[in-house]
Amino acid sequence: MTEYLLIIVSAILVNNIVLAQFLGVCPFLGVSNKLSTATGMSGAVCFVITLATVVTYLINKFFLVPLGLTFLQTIAFILVIAALVQIVEIVLKKISPSLYQALGIFLPLITTNCAVLGVALNVVTKEFTFGDAAHMLNLGEATVYALATSLGYGLAMILFAGMREQLAMNDVPKSFKGLPIALITVGIMAMAFLGFSGIV
Amino acid sequence: MSKFGLITKGLLKENPTFVLVLGMCPTLATTTSAMNGLEMGLATMFVLILSNIVISLIAPVVPDKVHIPVYIVVIATFVTVLQLLMQAFVPQVYETLGLFIPLIVVNCIVLGRAEAFACKNSVGDSALDGIGIGLGFTLSLTVIGIVREILGSGSLFGWKFIPGDGILAFVMAPGAFLVLGYLMVLFNKLAKR
Repeated sequence: MTEYLLIIVSAILVNNIVLAQFLGVCPFLGVSNKLSTATGMSGAVCFVITLATVVTYLINKFFLVPLGLTFLQTIAFILVIAALVQIVEIVLKKISPSLYQALGIFLPLITTNCAVLGVALNVVTKEFTFGDAAHMLNLGEATVYALATSLGYGLAMILFAGMREQLAMNDVPKSFKGLPIALITVGIMAMAFLGFSGIV
Repeated sequence: MSKFGLITKGLLKENPTFVLVLGMCPTLATTTSAMNGLEMGLATMFVLILSNIVISLIAPVVPDKVHIPVYIVVIATFVTVLQLLMQAFVPQVYETLGLFIPLIVVNCIVLGRAEAFACKNSVGDSALDGIGIGLGFTLSLTVIGIVREILGSGSLFGWKFIPGDGILAFVMAPGAFLVLGYLMVLFNKLAKR
């Protein structure tokens, strides 16, 4: 149980996916202008990352590894993710139109969000250390890791969107307008998150 | 556009990092030193040139409805080729750049060039476009790497010329965002003249 707790704290705060691992920075900068769109995007990312990680984990374990095809991971995973996003879109449209309304426009964008492929590849290729010795994650740990990572993404995104809404009302020097000041703000945020390093 | 213009536009006018602001993840993650930035840039350029060539060849026969998945498969194929080549010949570099080599698949610069240029231009022009944008990306990454390496570890391409530890934050995550932000300010300032 403590191990799962360590995974959660580590993935959300210490190794935050955007602020420490630099995954999914493009949509992070792209849709964080407004708090409402940032929340919608975070929800969609959360859903897709968790689902994609579980599916690709199973495909890797029961299909690619037994057949000795692990070098095809990149191609296989990106196709699975693209197909999955399509399926999620269709299913969501059918069973929950209101959720589809909220997440709909963000779903197609997620295929090219490197956070999804990044987490999926990380889980099957990297050894993690949580508490005891370094080991590959099992399915339960991988699911928790994916969920916590995407919650970390949401946390960073929503915090940043809040700051950016305030920033929009301030008088910023001309050359700093738009992305430069946003990047500098993220830099300072990343520095704040560095304070969490060492607690796990 | 002239052949020469195709190669040079990526450096300034359509610079993928500072003007188009594409492919931010590898830009931030791999520029801890000048050499790493250069290597990441060259790796991306390899995929960019080859995928541009193949996509400009197959674009006329690909049905419009499935063109994005087809392009992604082409790109993913070349990324896998690159992964295998790097593991065989430069395992050290592959180890340092790590996850960001397979992630070239989802680098929006590569898919962006396929959509915006390669699918409607000749093979030769698409190859030159790949070289041009690739050079621009490599140059930006190297510049960011140089700044971070000097500030963060007091060295340049591994040659240490400032004794001591340097400002560690510039090698870590915050430095990446700050350096890119301030370089963008500088670029805006100079470009608007």
